[in-house]
Amino acid sequence: MPQASDAYTGTFELEFERPLLALERQISELEAQADPNQSAVGLDPKLDFTADLKKLRQSHTAMLKKIYKGLGAWNTVQVSRHPNRPQTVDYINAFVKNFTELHGDRFYGDDPAIIAGFGRIGPHKCCIIGHHKGKNVKEKIACHFGCAHPEGYRKALRVMKLAEKFGLPVVTLVDTPGAYPGIGSEERGQAEAIAVNLREMSRLKVPIVSVVIGEGGSGGAIGIGVADRLAMLQYSWYSVISPEGCAAILWKIANPENNAKAADAMKVRAQDNLKLGTIDDVIPEPMGSAYRYRQQMYDTLEKYIIERLRELKRFKKPENLVAKRYQRLRKLGQISG
Amino acid sequence: MAKTTADPKPAPPLTGDRRRTWKDVKDPSESPRPGVPEGLWQKCPTCEATTYRKQVEDNLSVCTECDHHYRVGADTRVSQLVDPGSFEPLWDNLSPMDPLKFVDRITYKERYEKAQKQTGHNDALLAGKAFIKGRGVVIAIMNTDFMMASMGSVVGEKITRAIELATDLDRPMIILCAGGGARMQEATLAVSQMIKTSAALARHGDAGGLYISVLTDPTTGGTAASFAMLGDVILAEHKAMIGFTGARVIANTVRQELPEGFQTAEFLLEKGFVDRVVHRKDLRSEIAIIIDYAGK
Ligand SMILES: [Zn+2]
Repeated sequence: MPQASDAYTGTFELEFERPLLALERQISELEAQADPNQSAVGLDPKLDFTADLKKLRQSHTAMLKKIYKGLGAWNTVQVSRHPNRPQTVDYINAFVKNFTELHGDRFYGDDPAIIAGFGRIGPHKCCIIGHHKGKNVKEKIACHFGCAHPEGYRKALRVMKLAEKFGLPVVTLVDTPGAYPGIGSEERGQAEAIAVNLREMSRLKVPIVSVVIGEGGSGGAIGIGVADRLAMLQYSWYSVISPEGCAAILWKIANPENNAKAADAMKVRAQDNLKLGTIDDVIPEPMGSAYRYRQQMYDTLEKYIIERLRELKRFKKPENLVAKRYQRLRKLGQISG
Repeated sequence: MAKTTADPKPAPPLTGDRRRTWKDVKDPSESPRPGVPEGLWQKCPTCEATTYRKQVEDNLSVCTECDHHYRVGADTRVSQLVDPGSFEPLWDNLSPMDPLKFVDRITYKERYEKAQKQTGHNDALLAGKAFIKGRGVVIAIMNTDFMMASMGSVVGEKITRAIELATDLDRPMIILCAGGGARMQEATLAVSQMIKTSAALARHGDAGGLYISVLTDPTTGGTAASFAMLGDVILAEHKAMIGFTGARVIANTVRQELPEGFQTAEFLLEKGFVDRVVHRKDLRSEIAIIIDYAGK
């Protein structure tokens, strides 16, 4: 598995966060001045920054709350793509013990856009499968920014079948703009690979917990997202197509304005999907989203998974579990008449 | 064969120029290949032969000169495929809702109401019981005349009910697949139909039921990536476009020329994802033969 590098140190800024980031810079400058170890001129005893710092921190918290409380659909999509947002590998490194990665689909190759393997989460031995978007340019190109090929979906299914054979629950972390649109992926049956995963996951005889941790792009997402419980992190998105793709088709051109319209229209946010009944839970993120307080996010997600797996282990007979899952999937959709 | 004088400007040829080729590629699922046009005479989009419309329609809407398969709506499909008078439509009362209150240039409600008026159907799928050469089946037919046979909650629900009925009745399930995939205006509700229908097929299969999938022009996106590709036997109509992502998006992404015949039924046959490419006139007998071997 690619080693997760430390937190992102680049200069990427979300546009709507600019005032917030300016404030953050002011705070850290002041903190540096107040700290004798960091200050270039040494501590001047006449200066006390405590009151100023307190005030700045208060307005920072207020601004953070204000921005994130009413975060619109398109801004949510942008947050879900922040370079410092935790990815599958970060969660694995944070709380999966003894992760033992398994490679390859046994037919064609090993798709780096899907990571799969054995591991333990809390008290639960399980199989963990997730999209890999890549932590640096080289990785990102190798795994096509988290867009999996058919061999990725087939690797995922192979590991799920292992989980079924050995009675281990399956945890999947969804984070993809969509399945890869290429010549090779079509030649090797992208549609077939996803379709087979949908069918097989619906009848897998072990519990499945899926969480959209960033991007939930359509077929590419549900290709590892059929579950007993499907959750979304608060600032992730899940839809039928990316807002850009939707804008290009329905508004004829993808630009920030149309992307925002498309994201709004498609109700891509977690709370919207919860209302539509297409997901079961929204997992709250730290104030200001997962990329700001990564450790807090790791702890929340770990707790959620442990709790859900504990609940699902109550099904002693696999056929009851699968029947219950079918009931859940059967209800999806809204019709009149 | 007589040619009309005013030929439309031919599409620019594909060249090896990587910066330009992708622009020349049209996405077949975006600009619908028309059905048999109105008027006494018409020109075939493949061989450009001018043919008598009635004659083509009597030929199952297949060009009498070159076997070009025109798209046909679900009502015509019924009359072409099942034994006369044997189709019993089911769940026709099901109609779309607009839980997202989706608006692009017009509202989703306006879109589907317009399609309802034009087609006389509530959504893009006909389902029911029927006989094909005397063999009892449950059949679902996607309707390209209705919002390009995109799949929303109604389409998914009717397919799922049809599969469940086939399981209960111990009959073969036949789906004539078509369309551009999940309906954007229903967002994740549409994506969810991929899961629901595939789950129903898992149960049908577990019960020993036969499922024949027939891929017609075009079968792409979420339709392809769910029930369309899950047939025990997968038939595809001659030259039908079949794939996951539209050709133009792929060309835009990879910036290179697409292979000859990319995403046609014949291409999928060669790659191993389709059992048989069939001529429309043989569809009834092909289905009947498979049922005799694998049906109950
Ligand atoms: Zn012709």
